[in-house]
Amino acid sequence: MAELLSILAIQSSQSKLVHEENMSDTPNDKKKNAAHANQVSAVDAEKRKFLIATSSVGALGCAVAAVPFVLSMTPSERAKAAGAPVEVDVSKIAPGSMMTVEWRGKPVWIINRTEEMTAELAKHDDQLTDPSCDVVSQQPDYCKSTDRSIKPNLAVMVGICTHLGCSPSAKLQPKGDMGDNWTGGFFCPCHGSKFDLAGRVFKGSPAPVNLVVPPHKYLTDTTLLIGVDTEDKA
Amino acid sequence: MTNKTNTDAKPVAGSIFSQGLDWVDARFPLSSNIKAHLTEYYAPKNLNFWYFFGGLSLLVLVLQILTGIFLTMHYKPDAMLAFASVEYIMRDVPWGWLLRYMHSTGASMFFVVVYMHMFRGIIYGSYRTPRELIWLFGVGIFLCLMGEAFFGYLLPWGQMSYWGAQVIVNLFSAIPFVGPDVSEWLRGDYLVSDATLNRFFAFHVIALPFVLVGLVAAHIIALHEVGSNNPDGIEIKKLKDKKTGIPLDGIPFHPYYTVKDIVGVVVFLMVFSTIIFFAPEMGGYFLEANNFVPANPLVTPAHIAPVWYFTPYYSILRAVPPFPGVGFLGIPPSLFPGVAAMGLSVLVFALLPWLDKSPVKSIRYRGRLYKQWLAAFVVSFIVLGYLGTEPSNVWGQFGPWLGNAERATVVARIFMLVYFAFFILMPWYTKKDKTLAVPDRVTG
Repeated sequence: MAELLSILAIQSSQSKLVHEENMSDTPNDKKKNAAHANQVSAVDAEKRKFLIATSSVGALGCAVAAVPFVLSMTPSERAKAAGAPVEVDVSKIAPGSMMTVEWRGKPVWIINRTEEMTAELAKHDDQLTDPSCDVVSQQPDYCKSTDRSIKPNLAVMVGICTHLGCSPSAKLQPKGDMGDNWTGGFFCPCHGSKFDLAGRVFKGSPAPVNLVVPPHKYLTDTTLLIGVDTEDKA
Repeated sequence: MTNKTNTDAKPVAGSIFSQGLDWVDARFPLSSNIKAHLTEYYAPKNLNFWYFFGGLSLLVLVLQILTGIFLTMHYKPDAMLAFASVEYIMRDVPWGWLLRYMHSTGASMFFVVVYMHMFRGIIYGSYRTPRELIWLFGVGIFLCLMGEAFFGYLLPWGQMSYWGAQVIVNLFSAIPFVGPDVSEWLRGDYLVSDATLNRFFAFHVIALPFVLVGLVAAHIIALHEVGSNNPDGIEIKKLKDKKTGIPLDGIPFHPYYTVKDIVGVVVFLMVFSTIIFFAPEMGGYFLEANNFVPANPLVTPAHIAPVWYFTPYYSILRAVPPFPGVGFLGIPPSLFPGVAAMGLSVLVFALLPWLDKSPVKSIRYRGRLYKQWLAAFVVSFIVLGYLGTEPSNVWGQFGPWLGNAERATVVARIFMLVYFAFFILMPWYTKKDKTLAVPDRVTG
């Protein structure tokens, strides 16, 4: 940037010279012009240093001035404050069904898995991308297991596909319109990612990792708090 | 462009009109600009119907800006009010339905004419020396247009608006390291919300239109500097009349091409009006059914697809499998390969001037090899475009012999390879191609 500016400055002084040459194109002036040209072709190091320094400071100033504009586009204080934890009564979810609650504007699923459903989870590890939940960002440590839950029957997960953020459709029952190999889980309508009933992604899906299990804890046996875990951090 | 004032003798010296013109010319280069860009801008005399689409793109741009200004008088960029304000425009604002349908149909027609215009550039080699910069400005315009279409599509705040924006903004989160922060910055929230809608409105109505108009000006200035290409790919400036300096195969843009373009405009407006009045949704291709449902952040529609003009690139995004991750190095799995392939599929157009090594410009003098590759490219563009409008299980699955892979995904992968091969192998097949001799003067 700075270099470009100084080059431009030199070029414009040269073009001025050419202009002057055209104006005084008599034989007598030729010598004078040649001397003039020599003078210009020798770089004025002092002036160039000054130009580089001032334009660098100018560029820095522009960069600093851009900060408020760029930061004004980050989430506002209001958006940050909207992320409060959500309390849910889970006693009314019938076995084999699920409910959806909103936390931080995202759908959070609470699935009451039947015993057959829980038993099935251990049987298809070979079809999964990350069966033992090794990608640590996708669940809190206390959910790093086959069923990815605190209570074996109750699964809690953010219903947002890890591919590009669509909300997968529940296909909780085996078979049905998902084909005879289907063992129950979720199917993303956008790009066809498939997840099991613990939110673990099946191989061959465009989604690279398992669904997110949010931090959560049980206040009583039937009251679930989403957004805060045992260490009480929001 | 010359800046000297017009010194030619006036036919009716002293008339009020010519006095007024002299007054302006002494202060602003009006006559000289009219000459440089219209009456003494010499275009090749053999331009055919393919050359309508540049002018038509300009026409649609003007229509979009005009209808857009009037739509902003009634639209509310607020997540609580946006959907209802669009319905208000459609039902209560006098002629609001026409303005809105002109704008929504205009978006699709913009891509129709721009794709035709780009195809013209490809078949006649209009991107070749000395027109590389015209082509690059054009690619910039195309990118801008895609941005306009994307930002504009969120504004009605329907289900497809919402989930389309969710998917596209999330594409940025696939960029290694900085991705999640970038997409949060773009949204201004942890999910697509009112903040996102408000800023997309700002991009759509102020930021990008400015850039777009600037690029269009640069595109035309560069074109008028080097002159138009033609279906023969011959430089008409090489053979000029010795007395006048006018190209032998050139005719003034005005009146010859202004009048010819009127024919193109009339035909275009007939098609345009027919769509607006009889099929503004175009069976779900121009306006998708799900966008008549208000945005719901908790439920994704059963089938989401972008509008038709994005589907070839969207197909490529879907077709590329995710990076599986390298466990022992701690590199997590990532969907970046698909996102990168989609980005490349658009940006690769910018490289055309340097990929094409053929001694001739126009398809008229190219050999069979090039024509076959071009045909393969067009077919793959259309097939990818079609597949992008459908769910990936549209053709069912292959048997266990191919791991139960979805047929449509496999087909998309094959055509994606053809799509990229057209560009990557271009230096090779354009050199190897048996070309014909190019004449000195333009043909019919």
